Amino acid sequence: MQPESNLASRRLAIALGLLLAIALVVPLLGQPYYTRLVARMAIFGIAALSLDLLVGYAGLVSFGHAAFFGIGVYCAGLLPMLGVQQVWVIVPVAMLVAGLYGALSGLISLRASGLYFIFITLAFAEIVFYIAQGLRMLGGDDGFRLPAPTLLPGGASLANPVVLAYTMLGALVLAVWFARRLSESHFGQVVVAARDNETRLRAMGLSAYPYRLVLYTIASALCALAGVGFANLVEYASPASMSWIVSGEFLFMVILGSAATIIGPVLGAVVFVGLEQILSALTEHWLFWLGIILVLRVLLLRQGLYGLLTGRGQR
Amino acid sequence: MTGGLVLEQAFNGLQFGMILFLMAVGVTLAFGVMNLINLAHGSMLMLGAYFIAAAATKITAYPLAFVAALMLTAVASVLLEVLVMRPLYRMGHLDQVLATFGVSIAVNEAVIMIWGREAMFVAPPEWLDGTVALTDTISYPLYRLAITGVAALAGLALWLLLARTRLGMRIRAGAENGDIVGALGVNVRLLFIGVFVISSLLAALGGVMLGPLIAVQSGMGDPLLILALAVVVIGGVGSLKGALVASLAVGLLDTFGRMIWPHLMGNIIGNIVANASVYILMALVIAVRPSGLFGNHAA
Repeated sequence: MQPESNLASRRLAIALGLLLAIALVVPLLGQPYYTRLVARMAIFGIAALSLDLLVGYAGLVSFGHAAFFGIGVYCAGLLPMLGVQQVWVIVPVAMLVAGLYGALSGLISLRASGLYFIFITLAFAEIVFYIAQGLRMLGGDDGFRLPAPTLLPGGASLANPVVLAYTMLGALVLAVWFARRLSESHFGQVVVAARDNETRLRAMGLSAYPYRLVLYTIASALCALAGVGFANLVEYASPASMSWIVSGEFLFMVILGSAATIIGPVLGAVVFVGLEQILSALTEHWLFWLGIILVLRVLLLRQGLYGLLTGRGQR
Repeated sequence: MTGGLVLEQAFNGLQFGMILFLMAVGVTLAFGVMNLINLAHGSMLMLGAYFIAAAATKITAYPLAFVAALMLTAVASVLLEVLVMRPLYRMGHLDQVLATFGVSIAVNEAVIMIWGREAMFVAPPEWLDGTVALTDTISYPLYRLAITGVAALAGLALWLLLARTRLGMRIRAGAENGDIVGALGVNVRLLFIGVFVISSLLAALGGVMLGPLIAVQSGMGDPLLILALAVVVIGGVGSLKGALVASLAVGLLDTFGRMIWPHLMGNIIGNIVANASVYILMALVIAVRPSGLFGNHAA
């Protein structure tokens, strides 16, 4: 870290501390709407963070990340039908299934690059989307209501907004810690090196492919965690949770905050969820304005929110 | 399955493939020449459909409404190019994906603001309302045949434009090296507007012609765009030949798949496979040839 960014990183730390403090206090106020909002922000924070591992650190622009989110949603919806409600079964199963699909699709996707990678990840997400949509016994396109919520050890239910908010906040903090460790590790350095100069990496005798595949698998599994939270938040599972629009929204969160910063995309998710709530309260046609904001972010706000906060330009 | 039915489905697949071609060719052209990934391309198809639906309520003569719809799309695409697309040409893929995704969300909502949430319907022109006898027992709608014909003509016109005219030569040169073309005194800015308008018009043409066949509603272009993206990847980005071959292959695969897979695998799995078959094909192609069938360089 450069010395001149000392002040900036202190400013960032204060802002983050404040944000976390607010997030921790809000559920105590007894206002379910705001409690659920905090849970929603934490859930999308995890999703955006997992995508940032790919987009920011590995330079892999995935346009199909919602598939893994949706897998999490469906696991949280399906397992209670088999009588399984415990979080320590549901989360590992969701992450395993998503990780497996990530690894298998990654085997093929990661052979492609650039434009091809963007579209092939979209294609693999569409495949999952059509599988969910085709399962008519699960409501097909309409989806289904969660038969029962996920339960924490001790019996607390994620259907309770306060429990959900604190659980997802805890998961988010863990995810941030994990992602930072990962990005600073030897493994993370290789992934970044592959992003910046793959030829040089190859000259050093390292192939980027296995590293990227492992990262893709991790990011996929992490996103499923967010999906489990989301299913409990909306108490519903439907193919809409894995549509290409959701993938686009995830990318928006990452870029809104600025990629390759881990914290940035989490901020991006917070602002995105806030925007969504404010705009939809103001106008029925809030999607129009969301689209305009997205365009303006790309054309005008070049360095993202993180850059705005720390006063640093985009690398 | 009878021979007549197969013939009918083949015509349907061909028609679907040609509509996909109109979409895919615009995607591949914009990428080849301006290096632009345009996810708002489906919006152009949708705008074409809305414009013909709106024009048809004011203008009774179909050919006039047809021209009016295309002209309105041309105006919209010039505005879009100048306001949003031009700065994007020099940005990275990620920025392009996001900004054009934003445009498509905004346009999807804008048509709801203007025309409401209800789907609109367009009547095909009366003089195309009949059917043509394919065999003694099977007849085929004249309108669908006309679509295939017009799309094929548009493809041919595009090929003539690119291969035989000065403008086409410049476009091809721009795809090779835009900076050099600019240095040679060609107005690249104008050239890019031209290419963007052409690619938008091809998509809009698809929308105008699909108007009478499917419900005109917000987001109608998106599934077709995603299929067109698959076509472009399968064919190889930047390759017109690839776009044509892959469009027809995807059109036929999709149409016949909807008939065959449910038959072979039962309703549920069959339907899933039918819906996902194009993407499965795409994954297979990428697994074997990471830059598509006719793509010769990494995009």
